[in-house]
Amino acid sequence: MSVSALKTPAFDSAPKTAARNRARWASGRTYISAALILIWCLLPFYWMIVTAFREVGYTFDPTPFFTHLTWDNFTTVFSTDLGNHFARNLLNSFIIGGVTTVVALVVGVFAAYALARLEFRFKFLVLGVILGASMFPGVALVTPLFQLFTNIGWMGTYQAMIIPDISFVLPLTVYTLTSFFREMPWELEEAARIDGCTQGQAFRKVIMPLAAPAIFTTAILAFIAAWNEFLIASQLSNEDTKPVTVAIAYFAGAQPHQEPYTAVMAAGTVVTIPLVILVLIFQRKIVAGLTAGAVK
Amino acid sequence: MSIGAEPTTTHRTKGPKPAKPDKQGKETNGVGQDRRAKTQGKWATLLIAPTLILLAIVILYPVINAIVMSLQHDQGLDPVTGTFVAGGFAGISNYIGWLFQQCASPSGGTQACSPGSVGSQFWSATYTTFFFTVITVVLETILGFWMAVIMARAFRGRSALRAAVLVPWAIPTAVTAKLWFFIFAFEGIANKLFGTAILWTGSAGPARAAIIIADVWKTTPFMALLILAGLQMIPADVYEAAKVDGASAWQRFTQITLPLVKPALMVAILFRVLDALRMYDLPAIMTGGANDTTTLSLLVVAQIRNGFNSAAALSTITFLIIFIVAFIFIRFLGANAVESAAGGKGKGK
Repeated sequence: MSVSALKTPAFDSAPKTAARNRARWASGRTYISAALILIWCLLPFYWMIVTAFREVGYTFDPTPFFTHLTWDNFTTVFSTDLGNHFARNLLNSFIIGGVTTVVALVVGVFAAYALARLEFRFKFLVLGVILGASMFPGVALVTPLFQLFTNIGWMGTYQAMIIPDISFVLPLTVYTLTSFFREMPWELEEAARIDGCTQGQAFRKVIMPLAAPAIFTTAILAFIAAWNEFLIASQLSNEDTKPVTVAIAYFAGAQPHQEPYTAVMAAGTVVTIPLVILVLIFQRKIVAGLTAGAVK
Repeated sequence: MSIGAEPTTTHRTKGPKPAKPDKQGKETNGVGQDRRAKTQGKWATLLIAPTLILLAIVILYPVINAIVMSLQHDQGLDPVTGTFVAGGFAGISNYIGWLFQQCASPSGGTQACSPGSVGSQFWSATYTTFFFTVITVVLETILGFWMAVIMARAFRGRSALRAAVLVPWAIPTAVTAKLWFFIFAFEGIANKLFGTAILWTGSAGPARAAIIIADVWKTTPFMALLILAGLQMIPADVYEAAKVDGASAWQRFTQITLPLVKPALMVAILFRVLDALRMYDLPAIMTGGANDTTTLSLLVVAQIRNGFNSAAALSTITFLIIFIVAFIFIRFLGANAVESAAGGKGKGK
């Protein structure tokens, strides 16, 4: 403070300058912190992409920029020569994630509407059950389902993964949608009712179009949750139906005891980039959906 | 308008006082509310039933199945006669087996499980699970709080920062595991950056450190965003008032920020604790459970192929542990996620 006071010629402005300096220092610290967060969050991701585009011979080259560029790793990822079927795995992930999301939304949207809008007994209990279900450990499902699906010949089928996935995607869908629905302008529904719509009609014609963005965001969250699932799929899938997460974890390289790092990073880039783009576009909505219910 | 006014007028004749529709447009006088509640109840049952039925099929049925299985002996070869036996009722012997680390002995009784076998690892896996949970959640809470405070400030590029923290969250855990496995490879960038020559996945300490760092990287953003949402609920004039009253920055943090953000913070911690207790993907892919990184989830999966029924007992124990932790949290630490999700027990927002 005294230093800044000496530097300023006009004495009466000295405290002001000090305050300004302090503010500048505070904003400087904010920017430094923000930069640190940015580096911490993005650097490993950046390293994955750099490695994905690097020649195999330079796998461990520490140069921090894009050097020794090549598309070879992506060719390796999609080639079936080493026993990998990555294109198939991608399709499997889309099927499993897509069906799970659609089922969870179709069923969950009604429950969310009731929880957000209607007054009924045991509402609190129903919410508790749904929230409890979302925290249920996947490993407690894998064991009984492993035996059950073996007995009825469902091991390695899509439904063997979709059914347990619903156990955590449906609760997520219901309580995200419930929080979104609470924020919606329901006076319009009331107006539609007064104009002669039944509750069903009001729901279909007025509320559904209004709810579309909320449902879309919830769909993204649900799809990401199903797409990222590993434990259940690693136990209940087979060669034909395994999703990308399992494929990447057990990706086969040219040498049996040598990890094909560059190819795995390329595979990781392929599965991650679409998600990252999706997340960046719908950032605001996704943050709202993620934090819905936790604070309100 | 006249159409809108009509129902109110009819109600007025019924009620003793003019009924004022409350926030949800619901009549607050006797008869109307009763009828309304009844039809709403019917609708609610109809709308919620599919979800509850589906959850019962995908969760309740397997869980009951697991409990029934856990009370049966594993199928296998009879140690005495060498013939295949179907198991039979076992009571709680599978549970006793896990808790006291007893395995079937060749003579037909039980003995202490041999070191290194799946059966001998229950308590070490429980310890590892809680170790990971405590360390990761503490680190994530501190880091997440710091990130949230920064993200709550007004500065240019704030939305870019909020988008950037979503990147680790969006990356599948399996990919995260592979990415950090590569970073922590012997010739990898971590050793080069710090000038070390550590075999990260080769011994307990570094292996655990690697998994913890990967987990913190992946899940801190989620924590930060939940805390940020809590911070944004605090009105700015509360801080202004405290500033005028001469509260220091530290006082403002401990007297205003912490108490007001506590509900959101507790919910975030509860979510993370329950998630960390079932940790599977990172240790499974990064170390395969070697070097004291076997969590309870890993142990269950390792047991599945040895015997369904004892695996079912272990998965039930795991489930109970998580349930008890959740109960303690909600009961004693005030992390009432249900209440906040229910909009404060219907008291309005």
